[in-house]
Amino acid sequence: MYIDYSMLLAILPQISLMVLGGIVLILELVLSRDQYRNIGWVTAIGMGFILLLTIPALPEEGSEAIWGGMIRNDWISYIFIVMVVFGAGISALFAMDFRSLGKRGGFFVLLISATLGMTFMASAADLVLLFVAIETSALSLYVLASLFNDEDESAEAGFKYFLFGAMTSTIMLYGFSLLYGFSGSTNIFGIAESFRAGDVPVGVIIGSLLLVLVGFTFKISGVPFHFWAPDVYQGAPTPVAGFLSTASKAAGFIVLARVMAVVFQDISLYWGAIIAAIAVASMTLGNLLALAQKNIKRMLAYSSIAHAGYALIGLVAISMMGLSSMILYLVIYLVTNLAAFGIVSAYGRIVGSDDMSAYYGMSRRSPWLAFALLIALLSLAGMPPLGGFIAKVFVFAAAVDANMVWLAVIGVLNAIIGLYYYLTVLKYVYLYRSEDEDKPLPVTRPIKVALAVLTVGIILLGTLFAPWFDFATTAAASIF
Amino acid sequence: MEFPILSFVVFTPIVAGLIIFLIPGDRKNEIRVAALAAGSLALLLSIWVYFSYDIEAGGYQFVEQYSWLPQLGISYNVGIDGMNAPLVLLTGIVMFTGVLISWGIDDRPREFFVFLFILATGVFGVFVALDLFMLIFFYEIAVFPMYLLIAIWGWKVTREYAAMKLTLYLFIGSVIALVGALAMYFASGLGTFNMVALEDAGFSTTFQRFWFPFVFFGFAVLGGIFPFHNWSPDGHVAAPTAVSMFHAGVLMKLGAFAALRVGIMLLPEGASFHMPWIILLTLVNVVYGAFIASVQSDFKYVIGFSSVSHMGLVIMGFATLNSTGMLGAGIQMFSHGIMTALFFAVVGIVYDRAHTREINQLGGFRKVMPLVTLAFIIGGLVSMGMPGFSGFIAEFPIFMGLWESHPWIAVVAAVSIVITAAYIIRIIGQVFFGKMPENFVGHITQINSLDKIALIFLTVVLVLVGVYPPIMVPLVNSGVENIMRIIGGA
Repeated sequence: MYIDYSMLLAILPQISLMVLGGIVLILELVLSRDQYRNIGWVTAIGMGFILLLTIPALPEEGSEAIWGGMIRNDWISYIFIVMVVFGAGISALFAMDFRSLGKRGGFFVLLISATLGMTFMASAADLVLLFVAIETSALSLYVLASLFNDEDESAEAGFKYFLFGAMTSTIMLYGFSLLYGFSGSTNIFGIAESFRAGDVPVGVIIGSLLLVLVGFTFKISGVPFHFWAPDVYQGAPTPVAGFLSTASKAAGFIVLARVMAVVFQDISLYWGAIIAAIAVASMTLGNLLALAQKNIKRMLAYSSIAHAGYALIGLVAISMMGLSSMILYLVIYLVTNLAAFGIVSAYGRIVGSDDMSAYYGMSRRSPWLAFALLIALLSLAGMPPLGGFIAKVFVFAAAVDANMVWLAVIGVLNAIIGLYYYLTVLKYVYLYRSEDEDKPLPVTRPIKVALAVLTVGIILLGTLFAPWFDFATTAAASIF
Repeated sequence: MEFPILSFVVFTPIVAGLIIFLIPGDRKNEIRVAALAAGSLALLLSIWVYFSYDIEAGGYQFVEQYSWLPQLGISYNVGIDGMNAPLVLLTGIVMFTGVLISWGIDDRPREFFVFLFILATGVFGVFVALDLFMLIFFYEIAVFPMYLLIAIWGWKVTREYAAMKLTLYLFIGSVIALVGALAMYFASGLGTFNMVALEDAGFSTTFQRFWFPFVFFGFAVLGGIFPFHNWSPDGHVAAPTAVSMFHAGVLMKLGAFAALRVGIMLLPEGASFHMPWIILLTLVNVVYGAFIASVQSDFKYVIGFSSVSHMGLVIMGFATLNSTGMLGAGIQMFSHGIMTALFFAVVGIVYDRAHTREINQLGGFRKVMPLVTLAFIIGGLVSMGMPGFSGFIAEFPIFMGLWESHPWIAVVAAVSIVITAAYIIRIIGQVFFGKMPENFVGHITQINSLDKIALIFLTVVLVLVGVYPPIMVPLVNSGVENIMRIIGGA
């Protein structure tokens, strides 16, 4: 096979991630254990550098299949690659000083390999590559979640995540094999073509759709395959939980959107209904259960289940407006939730607890960190002038546009429940008193940098949203 | 290009808030001075806007338009007409006096002013918005700081409950209105959120009749319409003084104004279809609110329920759908805003010194605070609709308009004036003229000069509009003409 320059350019992010992983591995060998923390800077700056590198490799309008149809070089892959690389860089910054996480060998390498898997998830157009990509990221994430293997909670988190993940992957793989068996192709466009020819009975297509959906729903932590999320988020090291709930979820969404929109294009009525049910169940269950949580990481876990539901509304609308609003939602959610988990990890590192009661008096102890939390939580709640408002308005608009006012109404009702529990946390932060109010709250430099980027990002996404919406629209158009 | 005065009005508070946030939290006096400077600037700008509106020319003036999201026809689009000019002025006045009254806040004043100013920007933004998306955007900015302001600095007994109740009520209203707004956007097929364009969208009658209640009530929740008024007295009572002033004085107008701007003006056929029963709800507001106010034993609850009653008059004025009623409602929004800000300022001053608001335990404040007494009496006369004060200029047209459209309702609603007089006179008699309880004698400190400036300022405005109506009536009238053109009445 002839490999030309543009083909290499298209997988430049993946290649540079490999290189970065190599550098980090070598550094781990060379550096002494005390200096391991600095690898975090290397990882984060490396991720930033990769983002810069991708700019000359911007895809053209429309899309092309390269590497024998394995990889799609289009705007939607590009946006999701940027998202996961960005998420990984920020997570590296949060992890540097998180207890002993940064000092453990292997953390940053695993982070990079998980990211590598996700970037391939974003651009894969072939079931085989897709499965390999999913497993690459998943295996790294299982280890990351259980990295504090001397603690029961973390080990339990990793093990639970692994068991559920392995089971759903298997089911999904069975779905893939059916798709291949009936269509004779592993390329998603090839499958779609053979389905369109009408030789395959609809029942079989729907059957494989359901099997495949199991794996995808697990990835985005949608109901009914959500129950791993709270335990895993709670037990995993907080920066890892943040990474799981943002980058990993975003990667799951692009796979879901691509496979649904391409492979199952002709039966969109069926999966539209199924996804609508998942969306409603995820929003409602996630929000209701979040109400009762006493641990902030569990609360964020349930809220992230709910947010998967909101984002799915965009997919249900099955329109350009819907897809672009879903992409925009995920971008904004990624930035916001990274900030929320970052603050929780920065704060939990010092107070040593993730219970809500540990947040009493936070604003007196550290006004800036409290303000950052205010911005992150209100953005999650969907308040302007923060990104979350724009995200919600556009998915609801997509639902109204698609004549699904009922879905928008369920969405806004859920937003109200959401507001309640986010405000409750802010009440603890701003109103309640604690005995430790006067103790200093040192925030280390990497966390300051990351939080500054994220909070400015949340406000920028929420006020000057035209360019982001433009990107999202271009990306949505490139999926087919 | 013209000087973007309205953008300055809208963004002065929030920029000031950001600057204040950079001041170290323990330098409280610097923070207060910065807040006062911002409040004065906003006041001056809003006065300037108010008096430089050209009534002869009419229409929207000082218009600025920048595209925000061109793909969906969202723009940052602001302008002033006769209806919202007084409200901008009102916000400027309440912001300025609110800062003066809040001088004594000692717990994290920095955060207090930051949240208060974010709120102020939201309010200004809604009043001047000509774009539906922008209106909702700023509307929600005005909602959430309320929660923190009440929960952190409010009355310890009920603040958590009241703050959450208020926020959820208002948020439910606004998101329901949001769905209605989206429906309008897509149904119009114009691909724009520009409200002036949407006025001519020609929505079908069925569409208008279906969506009008969602949009109207979604916003009118914040206007305190019965049976969704329940958050309001609790919220007012729990809030710290400046926030009560802001809340009853300005935010409730936000709801009424948005209900008018989006509900009635964009869905006029829906309005004329539903108003006959909505007017009955406002009648409940007016009469029942006044009754409830008259049986309260807590000074602040009396004022809280009087707001429910007076805001009922505003929406009742809208519901007449004739120009006289609208004119009255427009002026009543301004008049009630100033009056109730004055009331809450007085309540705050009394409570800070007496540490109780039970009317029976108060008395004799006339001797120690003659100025406060005078201010409250003038506010009371305004609320009874006495000629010579702004309340008369506002309420008289409302009742006239009501008489034109629903004479019987006018008769029943007029009862509220009597009840209002009863509870106001009761408070004046007991709190200010009664015998001072012995434990207070010698313990009541004087008010400081900042409080005095605030009270005098508010009182002067009330009297000024009352004795010289041309300062406001022709202006509001020009705004009403525009509304009547749209809803097609006389």
